[in-house]
Amino acid sequence: MSDQSPISSVNDFVVRFANVNGSGSASANELFARSILRHGVPVSPRNIFPSNIQGLPTWYEVRVTEEGHLGARGGVDMMVAMNPQTWDKDVGSIEPGGYLFYDSTKPMPTSKFRADINVIGVPLTAITNSTYTDPRQRQLFKNIIYLGAMCALLEMDPKIVEQLISEQYKGKEKLLSSNVHALHLGRDWALQNLKCPIGLQVKKADKVGDRIFMEGNSAAALGAVYGGATVCAWYPITPSSSVAEAFTSHCKKLRHDPETGKAKYAIVQGEDELASIGMVIGASWNGARAFTATSGPGVSLMTEFIGLSYFAEIPGVIMNIQRAGPSTGMPTRTQQCDIIACAYASHGDTKHILLFPEDPAEAFEFAAQSFDLAERLQTMIFLMLDLDIGMNHRLCRPLKWDDARQYDRGKVMTAEMLDEPGRDFGRYLDVDGDGIPYRTYPGTHPTKGSFFTRGTSRDRYARYSEEGAVYADNMQRLMRKFETAQDMVPRPLQANAAKPTKYGVIYFGSTAPAMDEAIGLLEARGHHLDRMRIRAFPFHSSVASFIADHDFVYVVEQNRDAQLRQLIVNENGIDPVRLVPILHYDGTPITARFIASAIGDHQDHLKVTPLRKAVS
Amino acid sequence: MTYIAKPKFHHPGLPKNDLGYTHRDYEGKISTLCAGCGHDSITASIIEACYELSIEPHRVAKISGIGCSSKTPDYFLGNSHGFNSVHGRMPSVLTGANLANRDLIYLGVSGDGDSASIGFGQFAHSIRRGVNMTYIVENNGVYGLTKGQFSATADRGSKSKKGVMNTDNAIDLVAIALQLGASFVARSFSGDKTQLVPLIAAAIRHKGASFIDVISPCIAFNNHAGSTKSFDYVREHNDAVNRLDVITSRDPITVDYAPGSVQVVEQHDGTRLALRKIDADYDANDRLAAMTFLQKHAAKGQVVTGLLYVDPDAEDMHTHLDTVETPLNTLEAKELCPGSSALEKINASLR
Repeated sequence: MSDQSPISSVNDFVVRFANVNGSGSASANELFARSILRHGVPVSPRNIFPSNIQGLPTWYEVRVTEEGHLGARGGVDMMVAMNPQTWDKDVGSIEPGGYLFYDSTKPMPTSKFRADINVIGVPLTAITNSTYTDPRQRQLFKNIIYLGAMCALLEMDPKIVEQLISEQYKGKEKLLSSNVHALHLGRDWALQNLKCPIGLQVKKADKVGDRIFMEGNSAAALGAVYGGATVCAWYPITPSSSVAEAFTSHCKKLRHDPETGKAKYAIVQGEDELASIGMVIGASWNGARAFTATSGPGVSLMTEFIGLSYFAEIPGVIMNIQRAGPSTGMPTRTQQCDIIACAYASHGDTKHILLFPEDPAEAFEFAAQSFDLAERLQTMIFLMLDLDIGMNHRLCRPLKWDDARQYDRGKVMTAEMLDEPGRDFGRYLDVDGDGIPYRTYPGTHPTKGSFFTRGTSRDRYARYSEEGAVYADNMQRLMRKFETAQDMVPRPLQANAAKPTKYGVIYFGSTAPAMDEAIGLLEARGHHLDRMRIRAFPFHSSVASFIADHDFVYVVEQNRDAQLRQLIVNENGIDPVRLVPILHYDGTPITARFIASAIGDHQDHLKVTPLRKAVS
Repeated sequence: MTYIAKPKFHHPGLPKNDLGYTHRDYEGKISTLCAGCGHDSITASIIEACYELSIEPHRVAKISGIGCSSKTPDYFLGNSHGFNSVHGRMPSVLTGANLANRDLIYLGVSGDGDSASIGFGQFAHSIRRGVNMTYIVENNGVYGLTKGQFSATADRGSKSKKGVMNTDNAIDLVAIALQLGASFVARSFSGDKTQLVPLIAAAIRHKGASFIDVISPCIAFNNHAGSTKSFDYVREHNDAVNRLDVITSRDPITVDYAPGSVQVVEQHDGTRLALRKIDADYDANDRLAAMTFLQKHAAKGQVVTGLLYVDPDAEDMHTHLDTVETPLNTLEAKELCPGSSALEKINASLR
């Protein structure tokens, strides 16, 4: 047995399930996470999965956190080791004093265990095989049986799990009862044969409130439904495919004409990303709200079209669910690595608007808003999610919608407006100084308002021109438009440290929960930081003033090249020395421990007083 | 040159169509293509077809890719919105535009480089999807704007202006379109307006993916001896299977056709296509036979032209997607946004 005292913790620990891809474990594991939520205890689950359908290792990690820390924590307190392929690594990753849960049907040599952990063996295969004869049933119910055993070990309320199972299998009584039966098989065996509970326990609390549990991709897709998107063209790519799939299922429920049953939307799976963005641009040019969902390699393919949309001023929304690159990189691992690629996508002088939601709730809001922004600014909007937000269930505030809200269709000239006396329509004519011209939809008026859209240089009236001055005039107007965007996009959010400080930190997107937690860890070390969460590019003027107000500012991001920092330096003319990069880019989600350690060490060094100054 | 203003005055006696528009109302800017370019004849045929069909010019959306052919939408239908998009990507832009508003007429203009090389994939997939459009390829077998490189439709054995022999096999877009399920497939020749105008008119009236391959000699780079896309070569090898009359009224057909010499095809919108047979055995409703016919004649070096295939019961992409009749681009928040009460239910289901 363990020579280390067993970890003892209520509502604050990490359980990791090590499974084989395709074994049906995902739904049992999710059931585990949801059950804890129903105890009123926040959880933060994460899928760690390979680029594979069946056979390779996959992990599901549940951070149980009454304090509500939703970022990844790092470390494992209890490993449910269901995959022999990864046994050694899995056993090795358990914290000293932690727990190893395994299938003890076949005896394991003692060399396969560790002396400093607590080993819990349940003969899962034996229990399963003595109860079920069908091979598929054996595989599926084995997952529910280990869930039942976990229930006993962590002292979870079995009624809550049963309730969730009954919600899941509503109307499928046979499945319901057999799942409940399997749950009790596991639970009863554990209660009879093991010391229950162990040091890790789930106790009812009231810390979840009215929050919802949702994946970012589904939330962004729902935002597109609420934001009035009618055309979705996409090409499958991990981790973005579930955006289009969720849009499809949301639309099936919410967007059919009640009388005719017909669809008030069109979804086309393109032959590639080029076709997808081409369709988005064609649809938007023709006055529909259109979007695509993709990931880094898809954005690379779309860049020629993105340049066209910038120059010809066609709205559109690209949801980029980022994954680790370059090339195929680590397609099932998370990163924030397409910041530069999206901000300056395409040839020539181009700049694009990026939105950085922190969680599903913000993904929903920003997705809906992105269509207003795209049409108001007549340009492409990038909604920058990542795998960590997109493909994991995240606890977040409930989604909200104001029924009085109208869509902002931007500057669109109607037939009536074109007929107004003295009205001058020039497709690229800036009538009020904001850099945004009027457009017309095709088919508006028999004799007025038509124009020829092209990616080639043209004058204010959309007439072909290769005159240098005409070209420069247009490019300057596009810059003016980009400056206008600064005050339209979501502003950065700032939170000051409890004590006045000379140091600040800038972060964005999925780093938010880890950063919030890290602030507490840093305060405990005596380091106080003002923080700013950037939510969009172009940067609001408050970003430059935040940096100016501090001696220096950490920029925390999940990529190697400090891409957001580069963008801030480049766009705001900031001295790079003032911005200290804190970079995490191994494909795992950034943790509070990592941030606190990196910033804390840097801060500690600052406090060292030099013994002597270098002689110059 | 396009910056030269085209004079607006015209003869007061210029005939008008049913909508009261003259030919001039269907024209665009002055062409910047080479004098004598086959593409300009196609432009003239598009103008003629739209005039004859009495189409409201602004209800057409003309979309193109990049290249000589793709410049031409600026030279017709000056009151229509046009979109000169990205090289080889006209089909996706057109598909998207069509998704947004099913009520406009979509005219896709492309070239052989644009559709058979860089945009071969997009050509194929737009046809597969049955996008309701008229897709015209102005096919000259050569890259004109970049001065004379072979394109993928250049026949094997054809010679470039510099005397280089093309050793690669040619892509026959008509054969591919047939295989991919285009519901209206035709080939014509820019030098034969009497054949081309009714084909364009019928294609516009066809509901589904209409494809017309128009051999259109490049006067500057591909009109010499040894080229199989020259005016002389195409005239000599043109093998028309039929001549088309498009009858848009619902009146009985009054023209006297010799018995058995005409195949009448009625389309969804009531348009009737009277095909005066030149090849007595040719059946324009038989896709398989059309494919075989094409292959046999191509092997003999003949360029088969005419309406090669039409499916009068064609379906289009919107039918497949089961979209509402109202154009999607006219739907507003009240029709599109499910509102806060639906959102409350969704929130409740996520707890």
